[in-house]
Amino acid sequence: MSSRDSSDPPIATSTPSSDQVKYTTCYMCACRCGIKVHLKDGGIRYIEGNRDHPVNRGVLCAKGSAGIMQHYSPARLRAPLLRVGRRGSGEFKEISWDEALTIATGWLGAIRQSDPRKLAFFTGRDQSQALTGWWASQFGTPNYAAHGGFCSVNMAAAGMYTIGGSFWEFGEPDWERTRYFLMFGVAEDHDSNPIKIGLGKLKTGGHAKFVSVNPIRTGYSAIADEWLGIRPGTDGLLVFALIHELLRAGKIDTEYLIRYTNAPWLVIREPGAADDGLFVRNAAGRPQLWDEASGMVAETRRAPRLAGKVTLPDGRTAVPAFQLLAERCLAPDYAPDRVAESTGIPAATIRRIAAELAHAAFEQEVVIMQPWTDWTGRHHDRMIGRPVSMHAMRGISAHSNGFHTCRAIHILQMLLGSIDTPGGFRYEPPFPRSAPPAVKPAGRADQVVPGKPLAGAPIGFPTGPEDLIVDAEGSALRIDKAFSWEAPLAAHGLMHLVIRNAWAGDPYRIDTLFLYMANMAWNSSMNTGGAIEMLTDTDEATGEYKIPHVIYSDAYASEMVSYADLVLPDTTYLERWDCISLFDRPIGNADGAADAIRQPVLTPDRDVRPFQDVLIELGARLGLPGLVKPGGTPRYPGLYPDYLVNHERRPGFGMLAGWRGAAGDKQGVGAPNPKQLEAYVANQCFWRTEIPDCGKYYKHANRDYLEWAVGMGLIDKPEPVVLQLYSEVLQKFRLAAQGHGKVQPPAEHRERIATYFDPLPLWYMPFEERATEADDFPLHAITQRPMAMYHSWGSQNAWLRQIHGENRLHIHHATAAKLGIANEDWIEVTSAHGRIKVQAKLMDGVNPDTVWTWNAIGKRKGAWNLGPGAKEAKQGFLMNHLIAELLPDRGGFRYANADPVTGQAAWYDLRVRIAKVADGACVTEPALAATAAVPNLPERPAVLRYGARFRADAKQ
Amino acid sequence: MHPALSVILFTTLSGAGYGLLALLGVMAPLDLLPPERGFAFAALGLALGAVTIGLLSSTLHLGRPERAIRAFSQWRSSWLSREGVASVATYLPAGVFGIGWVFYGRTDGVLGLCGVFAAAGAVITVFCTAMIYRSLKPIQRWHNRWVVPNYLALSLATGLLWLVLLLHAFGRPNRVVAALTLLSLVLAAALKLSYWRFIDGSASASTAGTATGLGGLGEVRLFEAPHTSENYLQKEMGFVIARKHAAKLRRIAMLAAFALPFLLTLVAFLAPGVPALVAAAVAAPLATVGVVVERWLFFAEAKHTVTLYYGATHA
Amino acid sequence: MTSLPTSPSGKRLGLVIDLDICVGCHACAVNCKEWNSGGIAGPLTDLDPYGGEPDGVWFNRVHSFEVGAGGDGRMVHFPRSCLHCAEPDCVTVCPTGASYKRADDGIVLVNEDLCIGCKLCSWACPYGAREFDSDVGVMKKCTLCADRIYNETFDERDRVPACVATCPVSARHFGDLGDPESDVSRLVAERGGYDLMPEMGYAPTNKYLPPRPRRAAAGCTGAAAELTAPDHAPAKGLLGWIDRFLSG
Ligand SMILES: Nc1nc2c(c(=O)[nH]1)N[C@H]1C(S)=C(S)[C@@H](COP(=O)(O)OP(=O)(O)OC[C@H]3O[C@@H](n4cnc5c(=O)[nH]c(N)nc54)[C@H](O)[C@@H]3O)O[C@H]1N2
Ligand SMILES: Nc1nc2c(c(=O)[nH]1)N[C@H]1C(S)=C(S)[C@@H](COP(=O)(O)OP(=O)(O)OC[C@H]3O[C@@H](n4cnc5c(=O)[nH]c(N)nc54)[C@H](O)[C@@H]3O)O[C@H]1N2
Ligand code: SF4
Ligand code: SF4
Ligand code: SF4
Ligand code: SF4
Ligand code: SF4
Ligand SMILES: [Mo]
Repeated sequence: MSSRDSSDPPIATSTPSSDQVKYTTCYMCACRCGIKVHLKDGGIRYIEGNRDHPVNRGVLCAKGSAGIMQHYSPARLRAPLLRVGRRGSGEFKEISWDEALTIATGWLGAIRQSDPRKLAFFTGRDQSQALTGWWASQFGTPNYAAHGGFCSVNMAAAGMYTIGGSFWEFGEPDWERTRYFLMFGVAEDHDSNPIKIGLGKLKTGGHAKFVSVNPIRTGYSAIADEWLGIRPGTDGLLVFALIHELLRAGKIDTEYLIRYTNAPWLVIREPGAADDGLFVRNAAGRPQLWDEASGMVAETRRAPRLAGKVTLPDGRTAVPAFQLLAERCLAPDYAPDRVAESTGIPAATIRRIAAELAHAAFEQEVVIMQPWTDWTGRHHDRMIGRPVSMHAMRGISAHSNGFHTCRAIHILQMLLGSIDTPGGFRYEPPFPRSAPPAVKPAGRADQVVPGKPLAGAPIGFPTGPEDLIVDAEGSALRIDKAFSWEAPLAAHGLMHLVIRNAWAGDPYRIDTLFLYMANMAWNSSMNTGGAIEMLTDTDEATGEYKIPHVIYSDAYASEMVSYADLVLPDTTYLERWDCISLFDRPIGNADGAADAIRQPVLTPDRDVRPFQDVLIELGARLGLPGLVKPGGTPRYPGLYPDYLVNHERRPGFGMLAGWRGAAGDKQGVGAPNPKQLEAYVANQCFWRTEIPDCGKYYKHANRDYLEWAVGMGLIDKPEPVVLQLYSEVLQKFRLAAQGHGKVQPPAEHRERIATYFDPLPLWYMPFEERATEADDFPLHAITQRPMAMYHSWGSQNAWLRQIHGENRLHIHHATAAKLGIANEDWIEVTSAHGRIKVQAKLMDGVNPDTVWTWNAIGKRKGAWNLGPGAKEAKQGFLMNHLIAELLPDRGGFRYANADPVTGQAAWYDLRVRIAKVADGACVTEPALAATAAVPNLPERPAVLRYGARFRADAKQ
Repeated sequence: MHPALSVILFTTLSGAGYGLLALLGVMAPLDLLPPERGFAFAALGLALGAVTIGLLSSTLHLGRPERAIRAFSQWRSSWLSREGVASVATYLPAGVFGIGWVFYGRTDGVLGLCGVFAAAGAVITVFCTAMIYRSLKPIQRWHNRWVVPNYLALSLATGLLWLVLLLHAFGRPNRVVAALTLLSLVLAAALKLSYWRFIDGSASASTAGTATGLGGLGEVRLFEAPHTSENYLQKEMGFVIARKHAAKLRRIAMLAAFALPFLLTLVAFLAPGVPALVAAAVAAPLATVGVVVERWLFFAEAKHTVTLYYGATHA
Repeated sequence: MTSLPTSPSGKRLGLVIDLDICVGCHACAVNCKEWNSGGIAGPLTDLDPYGGEPDGVWFNRVHSFEVGAGGDGRMVHFPRSCLHCAEPDCVTVCPTGASYKRADDGIVLVNEDLCIGCKLCSWACPYGAREFDSDVGVMKKCTLCADRIYNETFDERDRVPACVATCPVSARHFGDLGDPESDVSRLVAERGGYDLMPEMGYAPTNKYLPPRPRRAAAGCTGAAAELTAPDHAPAKGLLGWIDRFLSG
């Protein structure tokens, strides 16, 4: 009792609020925060953040706080389902798991023996890519990818090819020390809580300035010290102008460039030659520099020149890479005055931001008195930081010029000398890795053999045309055309093209589309209506579906469930083992490496099974080599927990890095430990190890870090990661397009490759904007993540759907006034691809050329076990109906609506016009017919009294 | 504010009932009313009936009507509690007074005193009712000096109208009462018009700027409400009525509650006999309906400061 | 009791909410709902939870406002819950004594066993902090997590309101605003924390910290308005300075 002496009614303060507390990892989104689940009388009393967890340090976001409602959702599936009616009719019958696995084994077994490529296995919000990707290669199909291709591969690829790390969730600003934080196009991101914790710290500290570059002033932009309401797709121009200013004034960190980047490397300048644009290398293949003192070309990095033209001993000319960058960025086209109109940011503002960046980097240098040793063995008595940090995400990524824009941002960071220095942007282990990491995609004809595993991983990082997955004619060999000339550096595959290509038989027909955790009949498809048609389209001759089999794993009655033939119901995140592996999307931060697990805290009350268990059992039934012992018996009879502990990629390397070794005393590398999962559970379900202080910065070139990382098994060799200001990899593709080398693009792709595989960053107008008339479609249309909703799956959540149960199209009031549109008016939004009818909402804090809405609020009527009156289907809408998956026809050929380098889906290139519509039915359009309800879902309660029974005074 | 029917009926009926009770309680002891027990029965029955139905209807508004008894406990601070206490306390003298008059035909002495007490109780109850609204600071359209006089005047006027009807029904028209009625109607109408003029002309001190404390930074506009569907607060306090609609209803209230009853009472005043009875019989219920409309508006036009958090700029 | 405590202890527990850093994420609102659903005022009933008009009881709600326009414009996210006022009419209007302000710490609570659901307190609260649970017919409201902040079964550091514990940016602070030396009081003094609708005279305990002035003017970080090229005009073309830079 509290020490209270008044007559006020007492409140019990000494009864525990729960019987039991179990630690695990949140999965209300992909951010992987640590949670403590309080259980009482067999139910969930409360879920709170784990204070000791490196990701969230005790906080939980709105979604994480609503986990209870996700777990008890009436939309949860109950048992495996087999389609009995037509696809999309929602007519299913419940079957047993044995039947389900027998059916799946039948379909998949057949194609594995004939042509394993006929399986396309694509995973959405998956956090088990280390398992699913491996499973696909054991099956033998190259047609595997996760959601990165429609999500943020531009960021991942630009980062990996440029700095061997990335924004996304692979790096973070040095929140404590930064003096200037520049954020491009972020509404929420995967580091949702870390970013918020960081921003809170940064703003409260009061010594940093936070600038948000974003067409919309909500969320993070709302608390920025300065908001730059940029016109979508023009960030590259802004960054070029900033670089222009810095170069013009000589405000760059030449020492950093010389030590850590390839800026001083000499580039051959022999237009037309087969090696034009490649680095000058010695016999050992080492890049050459131009030594200031001797005037000689050599390997030394002592005092190389960054500019000038040198004649090589063989008579050819070469220039330092930096000179090429400077020439490009100093061009008058990139002067602030020239980009002001396109970007919508006044020239004076751009000049001021450049001055502020330079001031923060060079006048506010931070010094940590921490000695360290660089990879050459040179000792430094302190760590000097340029406290300018940056972060960028889908505002950059989801444009067809995103790869180059992201590269430009990384180069701006290099010029300021701030990458992985105190106060700058910091890598999170296992990054940095070599730029790019040395994993090549497999999938060429010789690598795909029926009945055998794929000779390698299905996705990776090509470093030249010879790494592409194409045939002799240069045609794509993967169903999504990743790693083809249409998307050469598609490091995450092109999930957004799977349905369309499989339907069109382009480049070939498949048999089974196997999807996991991806709502592709709804919000993760571009052209949602089209995707639905393709999933249900049949071959005229045979009457067969064009995509003959669809297997899908979901935990809830999502829109996609209706389009599957076989539904494998998953558990919720509170009922299964999961693993957040260093192989996948780990939870480390800049000071340490970490991984985590989920443990079941509740037992399923229905006939559902963890998908990973199912996948392992399916693999064993199929006899996949990694999943059976020589005699054919299952290798992991204990299913996923067994796999987590005992599976090794190479000896000593497993899914989890903590408590390895037979005795559990090894970290990173070590023999399997049968008690590993117990150790995780005993340690709050995560493992973390701190980088030694001398290794915490300059990781790309810090000997102590590199050696530590080798010891942890994060990298193979303690070699420095040279930051790629100039990308020779891109130049190799360009040379191929110019007719050099063994592997060259087909004629129709040459110009495109030659243009976009520029070794230096470049800016070009996004494709859709270029392909449409500004008069027809004068506005940009984009979406934002609402902080309190996760894609489509938040709408079944009784609490979250109260916050975002419908959405509006937000328009700048001046733009609306010109069009005679008032608040709440119904308007028609038309793109080159489609039309929707929605309601308008006016605001001030948005770029006047831009309209936007919250993402994925609109729902299909009938889905998610929502009532017939649910507003998500009546006053909610998806922008996806306006977005095409392909660009307009050009000479009989349609490229993906994507970045030409990575294949990243260009969601935010969308251009529209809007007009007021006469009052009609006040329902958003298209109003697709309701999907039939999945059988045997429970009745929706009319009143929800969750928690009543937990009250101390509850009268039973 | 959401116009809740139960509360509107309560204030209307109890207003008229207490008005009538007060008149009976004062006039009977002064022998200004017909002494017959039939009249007494009808008049007191009407007054106490209206009051009782009103009070019962008010409990329909409660989430836990079965606990209504608890509402009497906080008379030291709560006008609602005081109203409850006053209303119940009024039954006591009213009962004694009624028994004396109805069963014994007497309204003198202690019984008369009870009548006066009942009248006082009635006035106090109506005053308390008015004070419930008058005391609510977040609702500027209630928290003003016009509310109490309005309630009292309307109570008196409707009470008088019913009394006129009773007198006519018992064939005992009384020109003084009719004249008083005409006067009270004019007074009530004047007060109501003043109230309307006041609420139309005065702005609340609270704005979206003061509600958020952000007014100093510029104009404050709601971008997004916390939830996309309406909650209790919005349903209860966020009622908005279109200006045009309100103006029309005000005219209807003016006609039904004041103008027509005034004319009809004038008829009753001037023309004796059946036409007078008919006029009185129309006037009283009509005015009551008019007051229902007026009360509806009293709620509908009231703006609560909570609306400032949901898009209103002024309350 | 319905009358305000006559001998209030000096303690005034409450929240301080920093509008300068609130990103409007709704975490505080949902976590509040989650904790309190099974707490002393639970359930926080939801009507029509899966239908067209879901309407739940929430003790904390987050609004977003646009303030000003153009260059001076900004967006401010604004969480709103009970302010535990020192002199609130929500208590004095209550006819039953269900609504009360605790003498010891100033927390304003509803005793559900006494409440008749007359809703008058919700009319009397200018801030919209009262939530009627029509399912059980009683008024509910923010409890300041009275069942957490004194909970002896919790780790000391967890004895703060759910909304405070969960706020990812740390925009919410909890403490004794009656003690001028407390962290929260100092924060209020430093940052100019203010009362909502002071004209109501309710003397709210909770304080809001105003958004800091934006920093977009030249010189705000100490930097010049723009960079100037080195004095000497580039001698050898565009990159002349680099040569000098490196040789100098
Ligand atoms: N217009 C527009 N469209 C977009 C975007 C945009 O910005 N604008 N963003 C794109 C991006 S970046 C992404 S990543 C995608 C995301 O799109 P999706 O990957 O489709 O994400 P969700 O809608 O969350 O769907 C995931 C599915 O997983 C299911 N699920 C949830 N939990 C579990 C579980 O535990 N097990 C299983 N098996 N299933 C589960 C859900 O029920 C849901 O059906 O959307 C893309 N679409
Ligand atoms: N709450 C919540 N969190 C999530 C998700 C979710 O659904 N809900 N989804 C997760 C997933 S899968 C992903 S991929 C991440 C994505 O996280 P974010 O990158 O934050 O994703 P978006 O909401 O798409 O935000 C993109 C931002 O870029 C802005 N923008 C659009 N075009 C441009 C442009 O041309 N330039 C600039 N500078 N800005 C632009 C938009 O206004 C928006 O604010 O979030 C993850 N986290
Ligand atoms: S950000 Fe929120 S939903 Fe995502 S893992 Fe963390 S707490 Fe869970
Ligand atoms: S905020 Fe409202 S409910 Fe809370 S104490 Fe103040 S007046 Fe009462
Ligand atoms: S609703 Fe309950 S707490 Fe509020 S004033 Fe009425 S009785 Fe008191
Ligand atoms: S103090 Fe507790 S009850 Fe009040 S808003 Fe915060 S979490 Fe909710
Ligand atoms: S949790 Fe914090 S940042 Fe999020 S809305 Fe609440 S106060 Fe604001
Ligand atoms: Mo994504």
